[in-house]
Amino acid sequence: MAEVTFTVDGQKLTAPAGTLLLEACKAHGIEIPAFCYYPGLSLQAACRMCVVRIEKVPKLQTACTTPVAEGMVVTTESPEIAQARKATLQLLLGNHPLDCPVCDAGGECELQDMTFKYGAADSFYAEPKNHREEQKWSPVVYFDRPRCILCYRCVRMCGEGMDIFALGVQNRGSSSVIAPNIPPQLSGISSHGEDLAQLDCEQCGMCIDACPVGALTSGTYRYKTRPWEMNHTATICTHCGDGCKTTLGVRPVADGAEIVRGDNRDKSGMNGDFLCNKGRYAFDFANHTERLTQPLMRKDGKLIPVSWEEALDFAGTRLRELRQQRGADSIGVIGSNRTTNEENYILQKFARTVIGTNNIDHHRTADFVTLASSLQGTSTAAGKSRFASQRSVQTAAAILLVGGDPTNQAPLTAWNIRTGVRLNKTRLYVANHETIKLRRQAKAFAPVASFGYGAFIQSLGEQTDFAKAVRAEEDLVVLVGNELHGGELANLIAALPQARFALFSDYVNSRGAADMGVLPDVLPGYQPLSGSALAAEQHTPATAGLDLLAMFDAASAGNLSALYVVGSNPIKRYGIDPAALKSTFLIVQDLFLTETAALADVVLPAANLYEKSGTVTNSYGDLQLVSKAADKSGVRSDFELIVRLAGHMGHDLRSLVPFSQGLRADMGQTRGVASGEADRHAVFLTANHLEPRLSAFDPFAILDEIQRLVPGYDKLLRLQLLSGNDQHLAPASSGLTQIALTRKDLVLASSDNLFTSGSLTRYSPMLQDVQRHQSSWSPGETAGQMAPAD
Amino acid sequence: MPTLASHPDEVKVLSRRFGLGAANIDKYLELDGYKATQKAIAEGPEWIINTMKASGLRGRGGAGFPTGMKWSFVPKVSEKPKYILVNGDESEPGTCKDHLIFREDPHSIIEGALIAGLAVGAKMGFIYLRGEYRYLLNIMEKAVADAYARGFLGKNIFGNQGVDFDVITQTGAGAYEVGEESALMESLEGKRGVPRIRPPFPAVVGLYGGPTVINNAETIANAPHIVLMGGEAYAKLGTERNGGTRLFGISGHVERPGVYELPMGYSLRKAIYEVAGGIRGGKKLKAVVPGGASCPVLRADEIDIGLDFDQLAKAGTMLGSGGIVVLDETVSIVEFALRTIRFYQHESCGWCIPCREGTDWIKKTLTRFHAGGGTKKDIDNVQYIAENMLGRTFCPLGDAAAMPTLGFVKKFRSEFEQYVDGVRVANPLIQITPVGANEHAGAH
Amino acid sequence: MAAISKSIFTPATAARFDKLATIYPVKRSALVPMLLYAQDEVGYVSDAVITEIAQRLDLLELDVRNVLSYYSMLRTKPAGKYNVQVCTNISCMLRGGFELLDHCKNRLGIDHKETTADGLFSLEEVECIGACCWAPAVQVNYDFHDDLTPEKLDAVLDAYRARESK
Ligand SMILES: Cc1cc2nc3c(=O)[nH]c(=O)nc-3n(C[C@H](O)[C@H](O)[C@H](O)COP(=O)(O)O)c2cc1C
Ligand code: SF4
Ligand code: FES
Repeated sequence: MAEVTFTVDGQKLTAPAGTLLLEACKAHGIEIPAFCYYPGLSLQAACRMCVVRIEKVPKLQTACTTPVAEGMVVTTESPEIAQARKATLQLLLGNHPLDCPVCDAGGECELQDMTFKYGAADSFYAEPKNHREEQKWSPVVYFDRPRCILCYRCVRMCGEGMDIFALGVQNRGSSSVIAPNIPPQLSGISSHGEDLAQLDCEQCGMCIDACPVGALTSGTYRYKTRPWEMNHTATICTHCGDGCKTTLGVRPVADGAEIVRGDNRDKSGMNGDFLCNKGRYAFDFANHTERLTQPLMRKDGKLIPVSWEEALDFAGTRLRELRQQRGADSIGVIGSNRTTNEENYILQKFARTVIGTNNIDHHRTADFVTLASSLQGTSTAAGKSRFASQRSVQTAAAILLVGGDPTNQAPLTAWNIRTGVRLNKTRLYVANHETIKLRRQAKAFAPVASFGYGAFIQSLGEQTDFAKAVRAEEDLVVLVGNELHGGELANLIAALPQARFALFSDYVNSRGAADMGVLPDVLPGYQPLSGSALAAEQHTPATAGLDLLAMFDAASAGNLSALYVVGSNPIKRYGIDPAALKSTFLIVQDLFLTETAALADVVLPAANLYEKSGTVTNSYGDLQLVSKAADKSGVRSDFELIVRLAGHMGHDLRSLVPFSQGLRADMGQTRGVASGEADRHAVFLTANHLEPRLSAFDPFAILDEIQRLVPGYDKLLRLQLLSGNDQHLAPASSGLTQIALTRKDLVLASSDNLFTSGSLTRYSPMLQDVQRHQSSWSPGETAGQMAPAD
Repeated sequence: MPTLASHPDEVKVLSRRFGLGAANIDKYLELDGYKATQKAIAEGPEWIINTMKASGLRGRGGAGFPTGMKWSFVPKVSEKPKYILVNGDESEPGTCKDHLIFREDPHSIIEGALIAGLAVGAKMGFIYLRGEYRYLLNIMEKAVADAYARGFLGKNIFGNQGVDFDVITQTGAGAYEVGEESALMESLEGKRGVPRIRPPFPAVVGLYGGPTVINNAETIANAPHIVLMGGEAYAKLGTERNGGTRLFGISGHVERPGVYELPMGYSLRKAIYEVAGGIRGGKKLKAVVPGGASCPVLRADEIDIGLDFDQLAKAGTMLGSGGIVVLDETVSIVEFALRTIRFYQHESCGWCIPCREGTDWIKKTLTRFHAGGGTKKDIDNVQYIAENMLGRTFCPLGDAAAMPTLGFVKKFRSEFEQYVDGVRVANPLIQITPVGANEHAGAH
Repeated sequence: MAAISKSIFTPATAARFDKLATIYPVKRSALVPMLLYAQDEVGYVSDAVITEIAQRLDLLELDVRNVLSYYSMLRTKPAGKYNVQVCTNISCMLRGGFELLDHCKNRLGIDHKETTADGLFSLEEVECIGACCWAPAVQVNYDFHDDLTPEKLDAVLDAYRARESK
């Protein structure tokens, strides 16, 4: 659009015609106060805080609804305007409880900030204020009516942003109130004889996030601490494959640093404004009382706490013996979807070089191998890579969704799709065997029979309206659910040569696990088992190893001497008979005593993603930095544990981790309770443009090697990474593994939904609570969402 | 049943069929009914709009916007259908004129809507009546059905190919704010009666997103008369820039309250003392609210003024909806101000802060003040709040609450001050219990 | 429209609603009239009314509640068979509106928004009902009664009571 020139407070500015005055000013650093305005949501002009004077217009005008026009002359601060804003604040405060000292939003409240700025603190309101008790609408959403200033942000966020419409405005005038969708008399929930209104929704907490005051507060955070008593760390959510940035608020406790809040104050991530229920609240598993904090060893059939030295020594010695006695290929390794790239890389390196086997695998939730090998050698008409990024979902002209249900599995993707359709007129095409919710945003919907995706792909070549429309889309991003893998996936990719593709996978680093080669038949970067620089340098074995199921088959047959499981619960996931492992030496490294850990000979308590640093790669191949937020005494990062185990096997650590070249560094000993020393070192080094290459236990020590030896990751930019930006990485465009027709892709979707997260579900009291809450009145709807809590 | 009043000074244009049973379609036809429609069809849109412009007719809903000009703002071509919307929400305290039109001459409203439709190229009209007017809705629905039966509505009206017009009657359910044009559209679309952001104005983006002419029922009912008598003839009945006649409802402390059709510019003094028979019981006049509750009050010494939009504006008040409310010397302005703000507090839609909080605050202050717990500071506070609402709200309801309040406290400040000192009128009109704890407990 | 298999309304009202949902350019436009007509039949807007109307107009129940709570004539609790609405707004107040309200309170023994024990009458103080020139005015359900005095109002109330005993 054409640029127009206008004057604000004497400054000549330009902006595209049609830009809202408030946004145009913001872009030039002129902040205009506003309560009801929220970028991307419909305009309200209800709070009247953004009033400005526009020359030749008799009344003050609202900057939030006025588009800039050529020659417009605007004043944004003057005694008249200040008085108008002050009076508006006085009117608001008249009935406001002024309970800032106990309000969760204290210190982060826009009403406080405005009052401070415009000095509306003097009160001449003499009447008794309208008091209402706070209301619990759900385990995670509380409402404090007297604090509400009726800006309607929550209502719009829930309706327009989330497409849920669970919040409304009821009554009118000064009795107006924000109301949730289950009225008291129908909720079946009461307290002290009074029926309580309830909220039946996705429990994403976006309403709380948008609330400029403390009217909506978080059930998991309220009254816990004051905002300024927390340290805030922006990191990546551990739950799904979308890769949202979440800011964790932590405070010191006796055994480390505890997470008390997750939110989205740092809106710099690719999730922008968005966070779902899990990203916002499901950090609580980290504080669960059943966290393992001591190594365990099986003695007389029982798991007994032992020292780190004893556990690692026993495990390392035993592994070495078994390798010597029964051969490297009698040992298997299972990796994780939730550990970092560095940990995944070092784990496969451990398997391939320390043990010397390709028997390594993980719970695969999407077929990234087929994706990579199908796309190699191709590019879009414009010569661009055909791997779609999360950000491309935000900007694509058209999106085709084949299978999957982003609303439940990939909430950020769903948000991005909805936002695109709403604000950018993105054309959405949906092909699904179920009438998923995103159908409401779809321009066209193609119903698919169960297991009928093959037929659907075939129909893409035919003259149906759907196929014609899709084929005609030049800027098309295709998002594929985990119903499609193997040959079907390859066919779909072949059918739409102009499109960019991405797969949905289920956990924070499912893609990273595949990228890092935690697979029996491909090396990191989807390279074949032999012929690459990596294979040559590290002398990795050339024959394919056992996949995850084959390992258990081997175990049942008595042929697996040892199994090392890192951050995974295959016994439960794959419904494996525990007896299969009775003659296998089992080492499990995890947060909790899962079904798999309970069978182990040695259990090593691990740190979770919120307690360590490193990188992760989301479903789309977007690489992001994970920063250590919390700390738990007694646990160690998976990286450290893998390295230590290798050490106790007598392996030369320098060949595993290229660390400490010339520099005597912190070896990680200071980590633990009151630690953070290593991290502070890292902060110092980073700030001084030095790389935090400190110790054998520092995951960044291996990043160099990943960058050097994993095609695709050679493109990563350190500065981007360290400054917290996401970067889209794609596997190399050639030289990747060829897929044999007989290859088993073994994709097993986790069937997680908004309120489950694999084995972590049962250790998150919040998720448990929310599931109970949601099942209380919409059993039909929640039935699907109550799917295996595992 | 409301009784019809009449006075020799009346100039009966709009009300000429009142009392003659014109709700009956045959009677209506006998009284020149649907002739204007035929003439309008024959003359065409441009002629209609020019005639309306020449008539000097200004909106009878309150704001007094020139009707011909409003109609001319509707774009000739539009992708979306255009609509005519008749505003019969009549809720301004002191106003009951549309009430009589609906009862006495419903077809004139249908005809007016039709003519507006012809003028702007709309093929559908809505007649929105406030929910309390159920019996009038029944009359209106019957009239619409009769008009359809005779072929005056529907397709090919009067045999003219392509001249189509449909009318839907609609009811509200109790909300003053829904009389505001954009809130009315929201209500008609099945939503809360919250006003819309303007621009875009209804003439461009209105009902269902289509260009919409919205007019007060009286405004619309004038159209057939203007079409028949010609714009200039109509204009001549009134004053400059204030064409024609107007229904004035005179209520309160007068001998003969009623709805009278008087020429624009008619003297307010004469309206009170001659047309309405003077102050009841020979008492003295204290004050007049000249155009419905939203208009700032005039003192007894300010009534030598002509009743048109411009003269009243010059006197710092408004002609509004033409509801003249007369207060005699016994009235306590404190009570009157309180009852007025109670209305606005009850009717504020709550959308914007200054109106929602301002009306509530003033009401609470005046309630306490009225109960005897007031101070002189309260008078300043009320004035401060009203001044800070004025011109700052989302829609004019906030102004409508602030303006009369300012009028009362400024023109009758000494009465408020005396009230603090314990001076009371002999016959108080209100007994209101002070603000109770439960005031906001539940729904309205 | 979602098919209504078992309407809670009388066949006549259900048929009227079927039609109402079709006459507007957007069917949601039928919401406010439907709520009012449903209230006329059921006595108030019950949860069941909300459910059925939401279904008929493809709306969320929350939408219906948001809208209904805005309009002061719509109620979610039963009222008396005859809802006596006394206007006390300015024109009526000047001619005895509050006197009438007080009179009703005493005569019926109930306060604003209350209902007599026999369920026959309920009382409401209302804003201007558009009968200012015939003040003071009272509406009983939809019937206007104007130019009232306490005595005339007594006669009005008696007439309603008499209807019942027949
Ligand atoms: C709060 C408020 C209430 C209103 N109520 C009514 C009403 O009941 N009837 C009406 O005709 N106009 C009412 N209006 C005026 C309308 O907004 C609009 O100006 C009018 O319907 C236009 O018609 P006119 O040009 O024929 O006057 C109201 C305005 C406001 C701000
Ligand atoms: S001024 Fe504001 S609160 Fe008042 S009625 Fe208009 S929009 Fe609603
Ligand atoms: S003031 Fe009572 S009807 Fe208008």
